[in-house]
Amino acid sequence: MQQIINFIVRYKTTLLYLFFMILAISFTVQSRSYHRSMVFNSANYITGSIYEKSSNISNYFNLSSENQKLLEENKRLRKALANHPGIDTILQDTSQLKYTITTAQIIKNSYAYPNNYITLNKGSKQGLKQDMGVISPEGVLGIVEHTTANFASVQSILNSKSTINAKIKNTSYFGSLTWDGKNYNVVQLEDIPRLVNLNIGDTIVTGAMSSIFPEDIPIGTIQKFDLNESKSFYSIDVALFNDMTNLRNVYVILNTDGPEIRELESKIKNEQ
Amino acid sequence: MNAVRFLLLIAVQVLVFNKLNFFGFINPMVYILFLYWYPIKENRTAFISISFLLGFIIDIFSDTMALHAASSVTIAYLRPAIMRFVFGVNFEFQSFKLSNTTLVQQITFLALLIITHHLLFFTLEIFSFSNLLIILKKVVFTGAATLVVCLLLRTLFSVKKE
Repeated sequence: MQQIINFIVRYKTTLLYLFFMILAISFTVQSRSYHRSMVFNSANYITGSIYEKSSNISNYFNLSSENQKLLEENKRLRKALANHPGIDTILQDTSQLKYTITTAQIIKNSYAYPNNYITLNKGSKQGLKQDMGVISPEGVLGIVEHTTANFASVQSILNSKSTINAKIKNTSYFGSLTWDGKNYNVVQLEDIPRLVNLNIGDTIVTGAMSSIFPEDIPIGTIQKFDLNESKSFYSIDVALFNDMTNLRNVYVILNTDGPEIRELESKIKNEQ
Repeated sequence: MNAVRFLLLIAVQVLVFNKLNFFGFINPMVYILFLYWYPIKENRTAFISISFLLGFIIDIFSDTMALHAASSVTIAYLRPAIMRFVFGVNFEFQSFKLSNTTLVQQITFLALLIITHHLLFFTLEIFSFSNLLIILKKVVFTGAATLVVCLLLRTLFSVKKE
């Protein structure tokens, strides 16, 4: 007994170091797996409030460019509306809608790490939930991973864990969108079969297979494509429409059928 | 003094340097200065615990799991060994002061802390050795940026007032 105590006293710094190191690595490893979201993230009360204060100040510096962006989007939507004279009444019963949309603002964004997260200034109090889609005026941004009362943490498309269903515009060929962590302007589209005719500059949009995003939300254009090792699928580099470094206003989309679809899918997976 | 330094370095790291993104990926990690400045004769157990806490708070802010915590607790643990390497045995004497050593020794000490920290940080971050080139690129560029910014801050807030 005496010897054990002596041992502990003698090596207490090493033991303490090993304890902290194992703790840190276990946090890191367990949040790397797909289904476990991060336990400790910046969407908590303290860090969220600090980020909100700081972004309230820094906002003023790009108000005009942000206004310009929103104006461009309004113009595009106005144009679409004006050319579809049929849509003059809007459904009043909101329980009938397939998608509901909330606005939010980004208070923290990063793009320099292999796993990037975005923090929004709205949370479960404003109706945000896990697995809601987040888009900007220009394109897809990510998926809500974790919410607290007033803040939400979003897994950015610039995250090695992220996979989003995407397809080539005006076709039904779909694949999954991933990121290799190298360039914050370029993401990768996998699993497009080689029989598809691709051209550089083709537009990539979200696919119909997603239970999170509506179909046909723009993502980017094809920058480069190559056949992968097995020579049966393409690996495509997609240049994003979004400037991931300069984002402010975002929309959070809830697919009201989403939970039902996911429940069904997990049931099938369990039976296999 | 240490508590003020602790809070200020976290604030500066999180609100300024984490948003720099030079060339899209360089974010200097200036909080390493805390481990550089921390008194030598203090209790090691406390030092390791505080370093873990420092890293972990920065992790929570920057959504990096526990990468900062792991790397900063490691350099806290290795600091005596690094000091022995840089300053020789005389750092164990009571009269030893960081400000009495030569500038080259101080820079070497800081650089070694930074290199160890960054190597571990980016290895854990990317977590696969197939991307060794990216790890090395990030270590070299971010390390250089961290060293430059830390040296500037060190000069700016030097303890000697004359």
